[in-house]
Amino acid sequence: MLELKNITAGYGHFTALWDVQLRVARGEAVAVVGPNGAGKTTLMRVISGLIPSRAGELVFEGESLAGRPAHDIVAHGIAHVPEGRRIFPALTVGDNLRMGAFLPAARQAFPESSARVYDLFPALAERQRQRAGSLSGGEQQMLAIGRALMSRPKLILLDEPSMGLAPVMVLRLFDLIRRIREEGYTILVVEQNVRQVLKLVDRAYLLEVGRIKMEGRAHELAEQDFVRKAYVGL
Amino acid sequence: MIDPIFLAEAAINGLLLGGVLALLALGLNLIFGVIDIVWIAYVDLVMLAMYAVYFLVMVYGWPIWLAGLAAIGVGALLGIGVHVLIISPILGSAPVNQLLATGGLLFFLQSFATFLWTTDHRSVRLALPVLEVAGIFVSFARLIAFVIAILAMIGLYLFLTRTYIGTAIRAVAQDREAMALMGADPRRVYLVTSAVGGAMAGLAAALLSIQYSVHPYFGAAFGPITFMICVLGGLGNMVGAFVASFIMSEIISIGGVTWSTEMGYVIAFALFIVMMFVRPGGILTKRE
Repeated sequence: MLELKNITAGYGHFTALWDVQLRVARGEAVAVVGPNGAGKTTLMRVISGLIPSRAGELVFEGESLAGRPAHDIVAHGIAHVPEGRRIFPALTVGDNLRMGAFLPAARQAFPESSARVYDLFPALAERQRQRAGSLSGGEQQMLAIGRALMSRPKLILLDEPSMGLAPVMVLRLFDLIRRIREEGYTILVVEQNVRQVLKLVDRAYLLEVGRIKMEGRAHELAEQDFVRKAYVGL
Repeated sequence: MIDPIFLAEAAINGLLLGGVLALLALGLNLIFGVIDIVWIAYVDLVMLAMYAVYFLVMVYGWPIWLAGLAAIGVGALLGIGVHVLIISPILGSAPVNQLLATGGLLFFLQSFATFLWTTDHRSVRLALPVLEVAGIFVSFARLIAFVIAILAMIGLYLFLTRTYIGTAIRAVAQDREAMALMGADPRRVYLVTSAVGGAMAGLAAALLSIQYSVHPYFGAAFGPITFMICVLGGLGNMVGAFVASFIMSEIISIGGVTWSTEMGYVIAFALFIVMMFVRPGGILTKRE
């Protein structure tokens, strides 16, 4: 469904990603793990069009999307839940979801999409008229995911969804992501919480200093000594 | 001691002046909040639209209300023009360049207006009555301008809160990048914002035309106070700008009656400087 071939990208004179190869098949959940500063967020931002790649190919459902701006990429069915949630704090929860359905086709489907999001995240339904900035961290993350679902995407990019959340909330969040998966969405997730995320996904990539160092089935990767020591904390 | 009647009259005049100032401040603030650029030449666009009103009424004989509507259109077009020709090419450059570019536009517009229309003060010369209520004299033109300004601001509020594109404009002001991820082309949102901000300048021009005469340096008379209001209210903060407009207009008006008009401005700017130390983020910001 998504294929990255030799993607190189960076900021100014700094190159954050070197020759990255990555693929996500339809219905799959894939994780990218790695230490801080490995380029995980840059990778997500390249896929969603927030920063252009310098070289390489980005193909989604047979169409080349390299060089397209972010607002065009989301129209192709890729929704990006950015690092730090980035909800609109001064808008109500309901208005945040309305903005998620900004695309004309998504706007038409607003009633059913919002019903589904509220069904998935009942806490949001109760807080529909509340300012999004007043929500707890976990609720804000749910809102960010719900807002992404409103665009009716085929592929969801999740960047550090568990960041800054209490351990209990992290578990609930991973349960919710599992449910979203079961609804048939394809997921590409970047996580620091390696142990949890490897239980959630089918396959994973290990990214270090801008290069893919390893890839494999999630359970195989989790058993690698080197991954266990460095990231799982066992 | 000043006659309380004079004070009451000054307070009412201050209130009426505050309405139009608020309209200007909200227009400027809307653009800043969304595009993150201060249009230094904002009130000079008002000046151009005032000339449009003047010529339409005095040369082409249009009724004032029709010329006022036309001014709104002229303002919107000027807003789009400024965005497309000046702002858009320098969006990614350093803030100081953006200030220099819109500041340069100010001098260009002032000089060009002087070249075209000389420094003559021109007025549409409407014979509007002065109302008297309990010994207080109120200019009908000011009252009309105030009422229309308030209605326009209610309209702006409804636009920003009840419509899809209005909500998107507020969302872009909060997080431009996140809104791009929602599928909104920032360039389109900027264009709509510039048009709305320009239309507000056009409406303000129509409302100012019935009270003041226009000349090429009109922007210098209302520009500084408009910026001061925006900063006092907290740049980008619409409610703050609205409140700050009335604080400033009351100080200028009451200070003007108590001492002199110049003294009114001195007090207003002195208060502004003090407030910048006490509440640098604007009067409505919560203290951290």
